[in-house]
Amino acid sequence: MTVGVLALQGAFVEHEAMLVGIGVEVRQIRLPRDLAGIDRLIIPGGESTTIGKLMVMYDLLIPLRERISAGMPTWGTCAGAILMSRTILDGRPDQPALQVMDIESRRNAFGSQLDSFEADIDMTGLDAPFHTVFIRAPILQNPGPSCQVLASLPDGRIVAAQQKHMLATSFHPELTTDDRIHRYFLTL
Amino acid sequence: MAIEKSTWTTKAGLAQMLKGGVIMDVIDVEQAKIAEEAGAVAVMALERVPADIRKQGGVARMSDPELIIRIKESVTIPVMAKARIGHFVEAQILEALGIDYIDESEVLTPADDEFHTDKHKFKIPFVNGCKNLGEALRRITEGAAMLRTKGEAGTGNVVEAVRHARTVFGEIRKLHGMSEDELFTAAKNLQAPYDLVKSVAQAGRLPVVNFAAGGIATPADAALMMQIGVDGVFVGSGIFKSGDPAKRAKAIVQATTHFRDAAIIAEVSKNLGEAMVGIEISKLPQDQLLANRGW
Repeated sequence: MTVGVLALQGAFVEHEAMLVGIGVEVRQIRLPRDLAGIDRLIIPGGESTTIGKLMVMYDLLIPLRERISAGMPTWGTCAGAILMSRTILDGRPDQPALQVMDIESRRNAFGSQLDSFEADIDMTGLDAPFHTVFIRAPILQNPGPSCQVLASLPDGRIVAAQQKHMLATSFHPELTTDDRIHRYFLTL
Repeated sequence: MAIEKSTWTTKAGLAQMLKGGVIMDVIDVEQAKIAEEAGAVAVMALERVPADIRKQGGVARMSDPELIIRIKESVTIPVMAKARIGHFVEAQILEALGIDYIDESEVLTPADDEFHTDKHKFKIPFVNGCKNLGEALRRITEGAAMLRTKGEAGTGNVVEAVRHARTVFGEIRKLHGMSEDELFTAAKNLQAPYDLVKSVAQAGRLPVVNFAAGGIATPADAALMMQIGVDGVFVGSGIFKSGDPAKRAKAIVQATTHFRDAAIIAEVSKNLGEAMVGIEISKLPQDQLLANRGW
């Protein structure tokens, strides 16, 4: 199995290190030709405006959307989750995105960097709480009928969701030493 | 559920999210929008870019809070601003404005010629400059969550950025090859805490993200710094002191992502118009070298 990690900008090396630790092959994706032979994809945290623009400039947006819609398991963390959501709120009006998951995202939903935080949260499918890191994080909201909520904050705000083979998390498991969500992703 | 805000992981983590990106100096809302549109990962809000600070002389201070807030309101990407070295009240003001990162910067006139700001006391993360590994490790000890190897800001000349990045990486490689007993003396010579020196020696890398800054003016300059090993680039005067800022900004973003792909760098380097006028560093008097500020 080869997992592609979108490497246009952001924390892609951290995901790569996590996957290598589990023992799977990883390939950095910067151009459409890199997509041949990958079975799965992770879209990392970073700046969603930057990653979206580079996806358009290098003709990745449409091939990625087609591969994901055709069933390639894909996981977006933070900026990646924003890029996967059907609608981006509080973003740039012209911000390019993949729009493959039936859920909305709201950018910087907690405020500025001063409101970035860590917390232990429960997640469906995991036996014990997960220590989460939120950095200028988005929240997810209004999931469609095919989209399942996996984790929420105590006030009900959604921070992890799954729609069949697609996974979105507002937080950054790649900044921790806990690889349970990476392992879960590999079973999708 | 216990929520912990402004932890070390969130401070250093924001810098991790900026990796592979370009942080651009902007002096007004219009420039900030051009930077975001070009794909910048963050903007540095300033009253004057380094080239103008250099030209106009005088004391360079923190920018007007009103300007910083206007820029913050005009973009969705993170906003950074500069405080003078050791001016912890300027830093307190910037924290109160709710921006995302403070640059304790030698580009401004130092407020304290002995002590840097104690950055552990702040909720907001700091980025600091460094010329060598000792300086880098002292800044981390004071609480810096991100570093940038210093170049000579406002010159459009990349030579100092290259020198200092090569120095830092070379010193890390040297540490990595040392035996445990050699590390005690290395810590003494680096004037940095032994435990931090030991962890860098073991990991073979810095514990925080390290960008390049100062004198980067072309897509090739940005890719050069990335190939030398930095995690991303700051571009100051290089963009908005050039002939076609929007086009050059976009080209530098692309060259930073595709930094090993010479065909792409060649393509984006075409027809960028006039680059900023460069300054030969050896022609500058010693007392006008900004990189020598900080210790």
